[in-house]
Amino acid sequence: MKWAPEQTPLSDARLASLAAGDALLLSGTLLTARDQAHRRIEEMTRRGEALPVALSGELIYFMGPSPAPPGRAIGAAGPTTSSRMDRYTETMLSLGVRGFIGKGRRSPETKELIRRRGAVYFVTFGGAAAYLGMRIIAAEPVAFADLGPEAVYRLTVRDFPIIVAYDLHGGDLYEAGIRGPAGI
Amino acid sequence: MIEKRIIHTDAVREAVRALVRDANLVLPPPAAAALELARRGETGELARCAMDIICENAAIAERERLPLCQDCGAAIVFIELGQGVSLAGPFLLEAVNAGVADATAAHHLRASIVSDPLRRANTGTNAPAFAHVDPVPGDSFRITVLLKGGGSENMTALRLFKPTDEPATIVTWIAEAVRAAGPNPCPPLFLGVGIGGTADVAALNAKRAVLRGDAPHPDPFYADLENAVRDACNATGIGPLGFGGETTVARAYIVAAPAHIATLPVAVNMNCHSLRYRSMSL
Repeated sequence: MKWAPEQTPLSDARLASLAAGDALLLSGTLLTARDQAHRRIEEMTRRGEALPVALSGELIYFMGPSPAPPGRAIGAAGPTTSSRMDRYTETMLSLGVRGFIGKGRRSPETKELIRRRGAVYFVTFGGAAAYLGMRIIAAEPVAFADLGPEAVYRLTVRDFPIIVAYDLHGGDLYEAGIRGPAGI
Repeated sequence: MIEKRIIHTDAVREAVRALVRDANLVLPPPAAAALELARRGETGELARCAMDIICENAAIAERERLPLCQDCGAAIVFIELGQGVSLAGPFLLEAVNAGVADATAAHHLRASIVSDPLRRANTGTNAPAFAHVDPVPGDSFRITVLLKGGGSENMTALRLFKPTDEPATIVTWIAEAVRAAGPNPCPPLFLGVGIGGTADVAALNAKRAVLRGDAPHPDPFYADLENAVRDACNATGIGPLGFGGETTVARAYIVAAPAHIATLPVAVNMNCHSLRYRSMSL
């Protein structure tokens, strides 16, 4: 595997240059959100309320960690199934989100929506949560702390591995992957 | 009056705490061996990378005492309760739930259980467990904890076949369920299949099927069918984490049960690559 180091935030030009299957080692910051945080963000947006955290320019990691043991920033921290967040994707994009990190396919409508808005969908290694947690060097709850593992955290990551799943040119990692007899 | 063997449920609580901890931190040897085999079988770059990382994840979890997965699962608890055992102390299922809560707090595990399916308040303890108690002859007491993640559980499939349907039809349907699930349940999967019984029995048998470990199915007919299921699923090419590759199902396990003359229920329960369970006898 050829891994390219990458620093957040990713510029529009950089996002446009990515192709499905590109492997990045990401350093910088991410925001987490999963089911209940998305639901709250959508409800607050619909009511015209100010969000407790700005989403513009951010990458959203679909993840709810296990608690940090003493001396660590976070516990295990792998991706959750992205398609459960499909129904909130339009809202997140309208708030300026530039990319999502999760696992698994999105609905065809969501895939097209993400591409049309110039955002990129990345995946990381489902279930490799201890491995991924070791690459998160800081985690701070920034919204909805009452949701516990479903709160929004700002993560600082170092060499966090992500793969481009859906690029801006219609490329799809999963389609490419299962077509080949022995993977890609 | 026959002498009963007395087991205090405080020992059950402590057993559950230790089993939940160990299941979260260390893969059972049969699962680890199956993953290593799958790792060596992948030639695609990304598939091989995924298997390398999955195997490294297990090593890190054990060494760093971090859970294998941030989804520390619902605690599925199977208890074989000898008829010759008499329980003392707090109610058995309260002891089980206390053991789950003890482990969750002491070992920094994620609490993933809500008290009500629609109002969704997190209990904060990962209890209650989902416990199944089966009476067995003798005075043994065996307890097994299976940790079941939500992402893989969401891919569960149930179909009520016609009693005249052929096994090949069932195999094709299972492979389609695995193909449709794709990357979501985190393959390579350990597939539990319950055939026969009633719909609920098939679903429960699908869940407990994966606990057999290394042993082949004792009935050669079902041993062959397990291999046919595995091979049909692997022909999908879904591969490790859905990135495309050779191993989509590391192993398929079947538990068959008697059925009504009109029915043939089949349930499939998908377990992610980190199949997590532990057993202990008291």
